[in-house]
Amino acid sequence: MAESRGPAVAEEMELVHPKTFLGKYIWSQDAKVIAIQYGLTATAIGLVALALSILIRLQLGFPGSFSLIDPSSYLQYVTMHGMIMVVYLLTAFLLGAFGNYLIPLMIGARDMAFPFLNMLSYWFYLASVLILVASFFVPGGPTGGGWTLYPPQVISPGTPGVGGGILLMLVSLIVFIAGFTMGGLNYVVTVLQARTRGMTLMRLPLTVWGIFMATVMALLAFPALLVAVLMLLCDMLLGTSFFMPEMLNLGEQAGHEGGSPLLYQHLFWFFGHPEVYIVALPAFGIVSDVLACHARKNIFGYRMMVWALILIGVLSFVVWAHHMFVSGMNPYFGFLFATTTLIIAVPTAIKVYNWVLTLWRGNIRLTVPMLFAIGFLFTFVNGGLSGLFLGNVTVDVPLSDTYFVVGHFHMVMAVAPVLVIYAGLYHWYPKVSGRMFHQGMAKWHFWLTFLGTYVVYFPMHFMGFAGVPRRYYAYGETAFIPDSVITLNMVITLAAIVVAAAQLLFLFNMAWSLRHGKPAGANPWGATTLEWQTPHTPPRHGNFGDELPVVYRWAYDYSVPGAAEDFLPQNQPPEAVRSADDAAAKGPDGGREAP
Amino acid sequence: MRDPHSPSSRVAEAARGLVDDWAADRRVFDVPWDKAMMWLFILSDVFIFACFLVGYMALRIAATDPWPDASEVFALSLGGEPIPLLLIAIMTFVLISSSGTMALAVKFAHEGKRRLTAWLLWLTALLGLVFLGMQVFEWAKLIEDGVRPWGNPWGAAQFGASFFLITGFHGTHVTFGVLFIVIMAVKVMRGSLADRRPGFLTGRRGRYAMVESLGLYWHFVDLVWVFIFAFFYLW
Repeated sequence: MAESRGPAVAEEMELVHPKTFLGKYIWSQDAKVIAIQYGLTATAIGLVALALSILIRLQLGFPGSFSLIDPSSYLQYVTMHGMIMVVYLLTAFLLGAFGNYLIPLMIGARDMAFPFLNMLSYWFYLASVLILVASFFVPGGPTGGGWTLYPPQVISPGTPGVGGGILLMLVSLIVFIAGFTMGGLNYVVTVLQARTRGMTLMRLPLTVWGIFMATVMALLAFPALLVAVLMLLCDMLLGTSFFMPEMLNLGEQAGHEGGSPLLYQHLFWFFGHPEVYIVALPAFGIVSDVLACHARKNIFGYRMMVWALILIGVLSFVVWAHHMFVSGMNPYFGFLFATTTLIIAVPTAIKVYNWVLTLWRGNIRLTVPMLFAIGFLFTFVNGGLSGLFLGNVTVDVPLSDTYFVVGHFHMVMAVAPVLVIYAGLYHWYPKVSGRMFHQGMAKWHFWLTFLGTYVVYFPMHFMGFAGVPRRYYAYGETAFIPDSVITLNMVITLAAIVVAAAQLLFLFNMAWSLRHGKPAGANPWGATTLEWQTPHTPPRHGNFGDELPVVYRWAYDYSVPGAAEDFLPQNQPPEAVRSADDAAAKGPDGGREAP
Repeated sequence: MRDPHSPSSRVAEAARGLVDDWAADRRVFDVPWDKAMMWLFILSDVFIFACFLVGYMALRIAATDPWPDASEVFALSLGGEPIPLLLIAIMTFVLISSSGTMALAVKFAHEGKRRLTAWLLWLTALLGLVFLGMQVFEWAKLIEDGVRPWGNPWGAAQFGASFFLITGFHGTHVTFGVLFIVIMAVKVMRGSLADRRPGFLTGRRGRYAMVESLGLYWHFVDLVWVFIFAFFYLW
């Protein structure tokens, strides 16, 4: 399609180089600055969600000891914790922060395809966060209808935050989706159309593949949420009955008739399930690169990894109703969706095997990013296996709405991606800041977080089997709940406080190392990908100085026999490593000549 | 050992060649960035309208009250005689015609004929405005007849709700389309595209391919209207 000679990019970027502080760091169109803005904002709102989770745990561990927490505020904490963590922290961090920083650098571009739109995307995101935070300060407080915002209860009197709280939540979601769409279109176009010379799709680092697939999915999944939110807003403000059935609420006839709450659930989960993978796929990608780099070995089965990402992305659009086995939908649906759900385990398992095989006989360096990446393998497999339980209708029905579900999804889509975010942050921190983080603090952070989250979430599986329901404010004297659950809840709460404190240690480490860390150099990990080959650390606006790099090889030439070093950067020309290249051609890519 | 000439190996080889071609150097689609992004945006927007229309179908199928009869509700009285679908036929005709003028504008933009492109863009915007005006008239008439988002005199309350929400959402698309067409027409008149002047906000240099991207959006808005027309007026 494109000829092999000519300029390094098909269409030259038109960069705006601002001179003022405001232009460089605030109204910046540089993807790297936007990435940091995204990251800091997501961290800030994430801390709010973390504080909420501690409040939830305090109530569950020591019921009734804190007069601040009443049943209504408890529900509000649960709701806001869930929504913030899933959408405003994980999605924004993995796509907004990692995506913006890494996509242009890793594919050898100067910036995103449309820098202005990229900047706008961040400001929309910031606005959505501020609107969300505002809902804490309106009369009645934020919504307490559960993070899924199911109608009818979420907009019916009696639910906490039924006035301004839910209104601001819905508006915030619309703004978030608009902002995300601007960023997402940018990421996809940049990956597809703006790669440097030699960077074929099948030479992309898996990080870029993961972020790319997740963004495509997000562009197709968020529309369903947008439609659901718009209809819900109409039901609330205009008195329509999209989702609201005819019903009695608090002894009064509500003014709706004939709406379908099930329709909302379908729309919500058509977004909600892909959302799980929107969070997971970038994590899959990042963890692949971190594992390969710190095991000094090529990723096992690169092509399979790419196809597995694509397959997971496609399949995740046909499994949504496994969240609705107890909703009263047609039971035949349950059979269909259980089948597709279990099929998705196949590509996922391929990925897990490939990660383990990447580690197999590697030259493993237990650096901090590596520790987090290995930690991810444990929590992800753990959460994946409990997912197989919940994917089967007959097992799901009794476990529905118990702590088993809480344990499952926190393991698989809370702890696992967060561990990868930390792996990524520690891995790229030297490139972003130019300095090394403090090793000791980072290792403490890892062990406290990893072991702590196990203490928090592992017992929840047993509580689920005991039938302890989720989202309850207090259990009181409930006959079927054994005393051990009360004790467990206390233990979990104490562990959660320790884990939260460890996150503060992390933040302190990041801030402290910015000034006091050792200078890291351009490529402290000996990584092959392009972001480590920039002329400046941290990279300047435009990323690569005067000339864009040209790519000659895939991203995983580690420990190539005969090479001078144990890694070959992607932009190392073959003439420089002639003998090594012959050996590599027989190795990782199945003996094929490089395309 | 697998025979390299067996049909299955050949298929595998062909598939691999296909993937390699698609994955080749630098860019996947041989189009400018703007156009690639417009296609992606349209794909995303397709999912929005699909969710709207599927939701509407689900509600309509599940409705227990009778659904209002489209040929009566949307009829227009002309000389005391109700003519079904008259207004909507004119609206559809106007919108489809505007797609034609848009396509011509794109053609002349590529040929670099500035004045002709600008005039065709103005004409397209005008047709878009006429469509919007007729939509306002239709809404006003329905509201006068007693259709409200929360109910109507003839049956299921979801009729008014989904009609106003979905045609309103489409109308918003048309409105933004008209706005962008006007901006583009001004740019073409000034010669910003021919001189590759940077945009006021984005700093991105002007080029005639922009007219084509805008044209894609406009055709998409037309196409969506055809579906809305089929599902609301013909069903």
